[in-house]
Amino acid sequence: MDAIKNYVTSLFLWELLKGLQLTGRYLFKRKITVQYPEEKTPQSHRFRGLHALRRYPNGEERCIACKLCEAVCPAVAITISSEQRDDGSRRTTQYDIDLTKCIFCGFCEESCPVDSIVETRIFEYHGEKRGDLLMTKQRLLEIGDMAEQQIAEDRARDAFYR
Amino acid sequence: MIESVFQLITQYLLQPAVSFVLPVDYQAEGLYVLQTVVKIMAILTPVLVTVAYFTYAERKVIGFIQGRIGPNRVGFFGFSLWGLGQPIADAVKLIVKEIVIPTGSNKTLFVIAPILSLAPSLAAWAVIPFDDTKVLANINAGLLYVLALTSLAVYGVIIAGWASNSKYAFLGAMRSAAQIVAYEIAMGFALVGVLVAAGSLNLGDIVYAQSGSFIHWFWLPLLPLFVVYFISGVAETNRAPFDVAEGESEIVAGFHVEYGGMAFSVFFMAEYANMVLIAVLSAIMFCGGWLSPVQGIVPESFLSTPLIGAVLDEGMHWLLIKTSFFMFLFLWFRATFPRYRYDQIMRLGWKVFIPITIVWLVVIASLVVGQVPPWFDG
Repeated sequence: MDAIKNYVTSLFLWELLKGLQLTGRYLFKRKITVQYPEEKTPQSHRFRGLHALRRYPNGEERCIACKLCEAVCPAVAITISSEQRDDGSRRTTQYDIDLTKCIFCGFCEESCPVDSIVETRIFEYHGEKRGDLLMTKQRLLEIGDMAEQQIAEDRARDAFYR
Repeated sequence: MIESVFQLITQYLLQPAVSFVLPVDYQAEGLYVLQTVVKIMAILTPVLVTVAYFTYAERKVIGFIQGRIGPNRVGFFGFSLWGLGQPIADAVKLIVKEIVIPTGSNKTLFVIAPILSLAPSLAAWAVIPFDDTKVLANINAGLLYVLALTSLAVYGVIIAGWASNSKYAFLGAMRSAAQIVAYEIAMGFALVGVLVAAGSLNLGDIVYAQSGSFIHWFWLPLLPLFVVYFISGVAETNRAPFDVAEGESEIVAGFHVEYGGMAFSVFFMAEYANMVLIAVLSAIMFCGGWLSPVQGIVPESFLSTPLIGAVLDEGMHWLLIKTSFFMFLFLWFRATFPRYRYDQIMRLGWKVFIPITIVWLVVIASLVVGQVPPWFDG
């Protein structure tokens, strides 16, 4: 009996017509496209975009050259060298992140004991020549200075969960 | 209106040109040739524009069905106009691109193949009656001519696959050849049904045989053949869900992997021109061509009212509406159905469609012999 029923329904294309009915309904449904440059999707405060190095409010850079981020980085994108500064504190002389290697996992930020290296919400950037995506310490600090307000807000919102 | 424009062109453009160039003895023939060329242009230009905008419509419709909005950026003079400039931008891009001819390929065949696949689908438009008077070649064996030309398109595919000297192209060509041959038979039988019902091979006469309201059209008595014909048409044009010849997830792009630039775009145009052709043929053979669906239903006096009458009365616009509907069906199918497995395609063609068509041929022949109203009592 089932075989006959199956035979008849497949002969009359019953399931194909049901499929057509479904897609036909979707033809008139509201479209969910976000037209990117004009419209943007909401962003999480945990968004992991372009990196930045932060400073303390008094202008002192946070990074103490502990090299935890360099050790944890799964893509080996971070290169750090350090020396003792005249006031006796240990600071970096070189802090490079190769963004062409970086996988934006956020481990560097997780590992940082002083919240120095962070990932900002900035994601619309590009490089026009070789080396543009090799971030140096100076450029990372510049990004940090520029986006400090947003970075601080995002850290404060996430503090409760940490 | 079209007739008067044609008369004006003949009078002010063609006749002076002919009398200026040719000796008196040959002027009549020369004029005839020029007039035919003008008619061909008048048919092919709209067809090619339709083909171009069919690609746009496809992206829009499939986008809409998938909850997207499709191309909406390229427009004219700084206005985006829902992306209406997209086909033109695509065409320009493809024209400018280089045509790479692979070293191992057979160069002559490689170049001929795209032309061989586009030409038949354009040539078939010669016998399409747009109206009771508007047909380029009103030949008696129109149906046979159409069947012959739609079958010719497979040579373009096979030659392209062979000449490319690439295994993926060859696989695609083989699949497509087997598929087209299988569905050719079912399609041919469906057309035999139309031939039996109409009693003529002339496409104009086939449309006249369907006159009456929409229940007099052949889609009702020939319903199984109509379904079989359209599905075979989808399979013939290698469209989804029968697009194993292209099968981008299995054999990249099938028979036209090695083609780029304009050569590729000719294949692309051939595919879409074939779809438009199948749509217009379905409209002519099963849905009454240019006939109006309300003919014989609304009173005659209603048809002579100025605006509504012109719309409801028979004319080319009904053919265009019906064709557009069938063209939309192609896109709807593509957005709905997943690709058939290859052996399923073969099973459907040989073991389902051919028996159905043969059985219905017997049925339709008895209907015709029995002069069953409302279709065959005239």
